[in-house]
Amino acid sequence: MTAIGTQHEYGAHPIVLPPAASTAQDGLDIAPALRLGLYRRLEELRQFETRAYDLFMQQLVKGTSHLSLGMEAISAGFGAAMRKDDYTFATYRGHAHTLSRGVPMAPVLAELLGRQNGLMGGKGGSMHLTSVEHGVLGSYAIIGAHLCVANGAAWSAQVRGSGQVTVCFFGDGTTNIGAFHEALNYAAVFSLPVVFVCENNLYMEYTSIADITAVPSPAADRAASYGLPAIKIDGNDVDVVYRTAADALELARSGGGPSLIEAVTYRHGGHSRADPGKYRPAGEVEAWLAYDPLTNYRARLTRLGVADSELDGIRADVARAVDEATEEAKNGRLPDVESAFTDVWADGGSQWRN
Amino acid sequence: MAQLSYREAVSRGIAQEMSRDERVMLIGEDIGGAGGVFKTTGGLSEQFGRRRVVDTPISEQAILGAAMGAAMTGLRPIAEIMFADFFAVCWDIVVNEIAKMRYMTNGQVTMPLVIKSGNGGSLRMGAQHSQSVENWAMAVPGLKVVTPSTPLDVVGLMAAAVRSDDPVLFFEHKGLYASKGEVPDGEIVDELGKAAIRRPGKDATVLALGLMVGRALDAAEELAREGIDVEVIDVRSLVPLDTQTLLTSISRTGRLFTVEENPRLLGWGAEIASIAADECFWDLDVPIHRITTPHIPLPSADSLEDAVLPSVDRIVQDVRKGVYL
Repeated sequence: MTAIGTQHEYGAHPIVLPPAASTAQDGLDIAPALRLGLYRRLEELRQFETRAYDLFMQQLVKGTSHLSLGMEAISAGFGAAMRKDDYTFATYRGHAHTLSRGVPMAPVLAELLGRQNGLMGGKGGSMHLTSVEHGVLGSYAIIGAHLCVANGAAWSAQVRGSGQVTVCFFGDGTTNIGAFHEALNYAAVFSLPVVFVCENNLYMEYTSIADITAVPSPAADRAASYGLPAIKIDGNDVDVVYRTAADALELARSGGGPSLIEAVTYRHGGHSRADPGKYRPAGEVEAWLAYDPLTNYRARLTRLGVADSELDGIRADVARAVDEATEEAKNGRLPDVESAFTDVWADGGSQWRN
Repeated sequence: MAQLSYREAVSRGIAQEMSRDERVMLIGEDIGGAGGVFKTTGGLSEQFGRRRVVDTPISEQAILGAAMGAAMTGLRPIAEIMFADFFAVCWDIVVNEIAKMRYMTNGQVTMPLVIKSGNGGSLRMGAQHSQSVENWAMAVPGLKVVTPSTPLDVVGLMAAAVRSDDPVLFFEHKGLYASKGEVPDGEIVDELGKAAIRRPGKDATVLALGLMVGRALDAAEELAREGIDVEVIDVRSLVPLDTQTLLTSISRTGRLFTVEENPRLLGWGAEIASIAADECFWDLDVPIHRITTPHIPLPSADSLEDAVLPSVDRIVQDVRKGVYL
């Protein structure tokens, strides 16, 4: 018998390799135009995050930031499957989830740069991206709480009979905090129209999720506790994500209650700007870099007969758009200091006494 | 006009608002079928149905998260945290999410919700079911904080809290649930941010909250027999704070006493003392004096709890001493 202490020591985890590249999903029934849209979104997220990284390096972005490089297929697949008025709840790693709901790049970049033309006027920053008009009801920077908040939006949709579904993204690390378990039980008990999406990138922050979790699949293995089926998918295959998302959204919309989906992926970089990710074993990073959601998808589209020139055209379009968004963000002025004193309260002000 | 108990006033206030506005929901542990552990929500489930009066698991984070998400998307929920001490297990959602969301999103989100909770001591429940935590809430930008001391105020302030587009923490005092008072018939709506002068006087201003208001009034009666004329003000609302009413009184009497049930350090009275020192120092005749629970957890035994909560005797002695300085 293996002692728990040995099995769960820091660094004890085995290398987790991606699945072998396969053509098995090429035949999924997804319209060609939708596939091109998914490719465009993957390019946008990849190029946006790369630009965000460059702007850190130029010290134009202050504070911290958490990139979705390597994990783009999950937010892209869900974004495409969601109805316009559905709700998204994201985490501090939320640039991709925000853009995937159609929020323009310029205000998101401007928010990272702390400019007045930022998505929240520079008052939220990278970790709190919110665009209510696009259904992005917030990015939440403290693990766990937002699963509970997502339930509230789902409850409201249920009461109002609006047919809206709430999608709540979180990382593997979140499955070990109490709020995760409170939220899953609550959603199941009240049959709320909510889809919980665990982006399992194998590392909570600087620690392997396997080293500190009692079960091998941090989300899927917990689903049974809440009467939900275990759903574990390849989070690097945008078509698979899209199909899974569409099914879960339909289930929720038709009154079938919540889903818990574990999408396995890998982040290309460290946890945050400060982290080079050196705790990851040799061989693992390389293997996952090779199992890249964008490269793989482009290869699939090529196999399906899409011309290189068309894909190159999309890539170039996106590159231009990222450049334009960067210029627009950089041209934004600094926020007025007065704005630090607005919107504490619903009346727009910050007065606490007469 | 009816005599209502404080606990009946809670359900009267909630019922008034739920009848008026179908977006108002009530959620919490044991609040529906069981009518609440303090019986403050009796009859509401029958009146409004289980769709609007929701019995939840023991999951304080899930309760407040549900209230928050619902408030962001068109409902106006009232959530109950059974004992105010339990805020400690869901304070993340209160402080980091509910209080800051509007600010962080540059005004994109509005948060019309009320969190009601049984606060305070005197019921011999020991250190984890007796705390006065309104000063925790007062310390967080983005939260409004009220503490009614009479059944009439319970109804009116509940209505004001529900109608507020900002999150309001509504602290009911557990030691007052059985107390009674006149409540007129018909709709009652009060205002957040207004203190109430409960007893006018000219020699000293005594500020109190919740259970301490009655004790301050009793102390004032005793002092009146000695010829000391005390003004007792029920602060009622910590955020927004009615500094005009407080400072006007303090400047007139020249003497400020606070009666606070919270443990000493950073109690609500400390903030008011600081404001008074800044803004009416030259009107003060004697040093400001705070009468608080000592900086200890609350003990369980009745004799010990009585010894440490501010008592009528302690208020009388401290005010007398201050007045004769």
